[in-house]
Amino acid sequence: MADTRDIEVTVNGERHTATVETRTSLGDFLRQGLGKTGTHMGCEHGVCGACTVLVDGEAVRSCLMLAVQANGHEITTIEGLAEADGTLSPLQEAFWENHGLQCGFCTPGMLTSLTAFLEENPDPSEREVREAISGNICRCTGYQGIVDAALSAAKTMREG
Amino acid sequence: MKPAPFTYHDPGTVDEAIALLGQHEDAKLLAGGQSLMPMLNMRFVVPDHVVDLNGVAGLAGITDAGDALEIGAMTRQRDLMRDAAVAAKAPIIPEALEFVGHFQTRNRGTIGGSLCHLDPAAEQPCLMAAYDAVLTVQGPDGTREVPFAEWPLAYMIPSIGPDELLTKVRVPNWAAGHGYGFAEYARRHGDFAIVSAAALLEVSGGTISRAAIAIGGADVRPIRLVEAEAALIGQAANAETFKAAGEMARKIDAISDAYVSSAYRQRLAATMVERALAKAGSRAGGSA
Amino acid sequence: MGVRYIGAEVQRMEDPRLITGHGRYVDDITMQGMLHAAFLRASQAHAKIRSIDTSRAAAMEGVHRVFTLADFAPEYRKPMNQLYPAPVIEQNKTQYPLAKDEVCYVGEAVAVVVADSRAIAEDALALIDVDYETLPAVVNIMTALEDGAPLAHADTSSNLMGRMRSKFGDIDDAFAKADHVFSADFMQHRGGCHSMETRGVIARDDPWGEGLSLWTSAQSPYLIRRALATWLDEPEERVRVIAPDVGGGFGPKAGFYPEEIVIPLVARALGRPVKWIEDRREHFVSTTTQRDQHWHLEVACTSEGKMLGLRGTVTHENGAYIPYGILLPNSSLMPLPGAYAIPAVDVGVDIVFTNTVPNSPVRGAGRPCGIYAVERMVQTVSRELGIPPEEVRRRNYVRPEQMPYETGATLRGGAPLVYDSGNYEALLDKALDLADFAGFKERQAAARKEGRYLGIGISSCIEDTGMGPYEGTTVRVESSGKVAVRTGAASQGQGHHTMIAMIVAENLGVSPEDILFESADTGKFPHGVGTIGSRVAANVGPSAFDAATKVREKALRLAAEVLEASEADLDIEDGVVRVNGAPDLSVTLGELAVKLSPASALRVPAGFDPLLEATSYDGSSGSPIACGSNVAEVEVDPGTGEVRVLRYSVAHDCGVMINPMIVHGQIVGGVIHGIGNALFERMIYDDQGQPLTTNYGEYLLPLASEMPRVDVTHMETPSPLNSLGVKGAGEGGTIPAAPAVVAAIENALEEFNVVIDYYPVGPQYLCELIDKGAAQAAE
Repeated sequence: MADTRDIEVTVNGERHTATVETRTSLGDFLRQGLGKTGTHMGCEHGVCGACTVLVDGEAVRSCLMLAVQANGHEITTIEGLAEADGTLSPLQEAFWENHGLQCGFCTPGMLTSLTAFLEENPDPSEREVREAISGNICRCTGYQGIVDAALSAAKTMREG
Repeated sequence: MKPAPFTYHDPGTVDEAIALLGQHEDAKLLAGGQSLMPMLNMRFVVPDHVVDLNGVAGLAGITDAGDALEIGAMTRQRDLMRDAAVAAKAPIIPEALEFVGHFQTRNRGTIGGSLCHLDPAAEQPCLMAAYDAVLTVQGPDGTREVPFAEWPLAYMIPSIGPDELLTKVRVPNWAAGHGYGFAEYARRHGDFAIVSAAALLEVSGGTISRAAIAIGGADVRPIRLVEAEAALIGQAANAETFKAAGEMARKIDAISDAYVSSAYRQRLAATMVERALAKAGSRAGGSA
Repeated sequence: MGVRYIGAEVQRMEDPRLITGHGRYVDDITMQGMLHAAFLRASQAHAKIRSIDTSRAAAMEGVHRVFTLADFAPEYRKPMNQLYPAPVIEQNKTQYPLAKDEVCYVGEAVAVVVADSRAIAEDALALIDVDYETLPAVVNIMTALEDGAPLAHADTSSNLMGRMRSKFGDIDDAFAKADHVFSADFMQHRGGCHSMETRGVIARDDPWGEGLSLWTSAQSPYLIRRALATWLDEPEERVRVIAPDVGGGFGPKAGFYPEEIVIPLVARALGRPVKWIEDRREHFVSTTTQRDQHWHLEVACTSEGKMLGLRGTVTHENGAYIPYGILLPNSSLMPLPGAYAIPAVDVGVDIVFTNTVPNSPVRGAGRPCGIYAVERMVQTVSRELGIPPEEVRRRNYVRPEQMPYETGATLRGGAPLVYDSGNYEALLDKALDLADFAGFKERQAAARKEGRYLGIGISSCIEDTGMGPYEGTTVRVESSGKVAVRTGAASQGQGHHTMIAMIVAENLGVSPEDILFESADTGKFPHGVGTIGSRVAANVGPSAFDAATKVREKALRLAAEVLEASEADLDIEDGVVRVNGAPDLSVTLGELAVKLSPASALRVPAGFDPLLEATSYDGSSGSPIACGSNVAEVEVDPGTGEVRVLRYSVAHDCGVMINPMIVHGQIVGGVIHGIGNALFERMIYDDQGQPLTTNYGEYLLPLASEMPRVDVTHMETPSPLNSLGVKGAGEGGTIPAAPAVVAAIENALEEFNVVIDYYPVGPQYLCELIDKGAAQAAE
């Protein structure tokens, strides 16, 4: 008999209740339990960062958290970064303008990590941005477009 | 890579947690999860029970206890980096934590988790070795204190019983204005150190009056360079002195594995000790 | 005239979905009744399978079935076909879909569990009992051909897969008349795939309806369709293969894998869709990779450093099986002589079996290896003769007036390798300028005063791109005026949708937003080839251009009749055909499309074929040769052996750039991949063939924190080989990166006489070289 728990989580502002097997990761719960496939599982051992989501506003690897641990917490995924009317966040716009993605697989983790980072660091240097995304692996872009997007978004948000 | 099935427990108090450990022989404690979850996912560990400490009251928090800092085992690394008392009393801690993983892992990772996991290359055990920190362990029969030197038993095995819990770490203060320096060599930002060095110095009138040097990553447990520390007393806090101490570090017995040779670890030990001491020397009040 | 898109930095049309979390990768796809598979993989590098007992696993709750090869029908208990047969292959070892009675690498698939969830399937794997009889394993390519070496396959008598040679010109004459002969020995170790999305397959069999459908994270859906249909002995028409969003490919996703046979077979057996997603640990041990290649090379040259000939021997690691013919060793030899007019080459390759993951191309394929070898010889000549490395290059480059230059080498397929266009010396000058090469000596001296070691290194390369036969496109205007564009070309991040939309939009006179794009689905476009070898832009660009041109011509011809005007007076803008000077006279493309697809009983206008559409398979007539020079500036820390790339400059010529922003992304991404190969990516096996680097803590991919910015400048020398003048750009960043970085490290450590003979250059290895050099200097 599988070990299960009932949980209640708020994801992108919406409350969800579910019964989950306790060994299910938060990432798998979001993807399979809730059908929110925007968060990607790239390594399942906490290094690639593609699975990063915001838990109560803090960037966390969803492959290293159990779904049951999210009970009572607020999760933001890539699907929740744009406004309700579809207006992209300045960071999302900046990724689009600066060719900050190619295959798109690491992008959810990059966007959530940078969203959290820029909130606390509104005027970062390039070095600081590179260190901030050193926990997110990209195999396609060589990082430059992502760094440019982050710096551009930071500027837009400071001036906005 | 999905974990094998387990029964999940989320106790609300330390006593409950200890009782669960006593009840269930094959149980693992879940703290920040940054070390345990990969092992569960890869099925390197297949415990019947997982006891989640994240809901246990009173295990996290930083207290300024006058002559020491008392840090709850479940204190997040992120919080250690942001705490004013830690920055003031034990500034090597936030400096070293910049090297620990990435901000996403520090949002969940805990100091207690790192000290219990005891990875030879981890930075936090190296710091605690330099501090001669005292660890408080609680079990069904009460609490006991373990000086850090006695904490690592063997490779990734601390001196803690199967039904005991690390509750807090006591980090004794060094004199105001002490010098501190942490240096490590890792291939990439956030990686475990191949070798790391933590140095604490008290300097007065330009000469060293107290020194602690700990090396991580060279052996299964952090190494205190007792000889080099003794040799530093009374010496001028300058580059020559630090280089000599580095050369003493080169002589440690370092492990060899498939990735890195002992000779290279020794070389790194020398370089890291010298650099850590140089940082400490430049920060010490009372230096010439 | 209309809006010009080609050459503009149009923001990608792929992005809005991907930046909002609405990508559709294989694991995002769910279907009613879907089951989940997990593979049991060999835990030993070489062993006989005495028996497999799956009964305990099959009995587990939630498990539907467990299969070994013996559970398949007899006609399916056969190895996979050789995808790329070649006479060079002396021992054609291909993998069985599930191991038969021998496993030859850790990771080889032995059994598969199909269950209600992946977690349950993994639980069941632990209950499968395999009785192995351990056999000796061969891992070291340098001793694999010696007498008494362990055999990778028990039923063979040698580990030789085959031998190849690139030989042209009069090599004996070159070496006889040379003033100098220098030699070098070095090992190249390229890395693995490590796309952030692992592999994955969904199969659904619908025998009374659609037939067999596969969704797979792949670069070559048409290759898979043909290979699978052929192996099953069923018509291609009844097998559909779709590559949805693919999270990176880099070469290893371009082949055909055992899982792409097993998952369809089990889906068929169970009558339900089955999904298998490779986890990252599986990726390390079952996705093909590149690994070791050893070169012993000699260069014959004059006292002025003019290279007359190259000769030598290469030992190339094949891995346990041959998934990809001889493409990899072939593409290692074929770039010789590189960017230089070296008239004679004689290099042979021994291709060797080892009990490791099968090797197949990884970004650049063998080209980075061949170019590395040539560039190392240039560095050797420079060092031995004391001629600056940039000067040696100038004295040896193929000159523009020699174009088209037939090197003497042959491409895959037998065609001669001909450099079509390019100015290599001009590219060098641009790269040196961009790198502020002139100011380097001063920077180096200033750093030395602070005890810091800086070094600079150059490399030049050519890259054969755009290999044929074609990559077709259909352009069809539909009644709404939207333009349906379909192609077989598969994307793994290269922005093909945007590139093709730009070409069609400009040529047809519509907006890129009006283009409805479908690709990489064998059910929606009849035939394609695959995304490999920087071939897509040079093939699909011309076919999209040609198809759009034909649609435009047809539209104008019909519009001329409809508007009673002369074709020459017509223009198309924003999907509307207007008469110049009489703007009220117009007809939309949609209206024209309706005329060509009328309702029942009406007629298509006389002299016209139905539908406003065209299909083209126009491509490149030959292989456009891209080229470039790179300059790497590094800092080495002798205390730790750490190498930091401070600055990296690229001067690149990939002909006409359709979307410069996308090209730039390909170059930068390629360079970073190449730097990763040069410094970080190492797969370690023990002498029993156990892989020791199977997670991202042990196997190091380049991160943002260590990687430099890459400065890029372009020359656009149009290729004469296709209608757009385009050359490929996907691998040109990777190909010359390692030799530039290695040369820079040697330059930084010149006083220690460091000569590097292995990459990736790890800090421990570098410290050993430094210490040896320092000790020798002291004597």
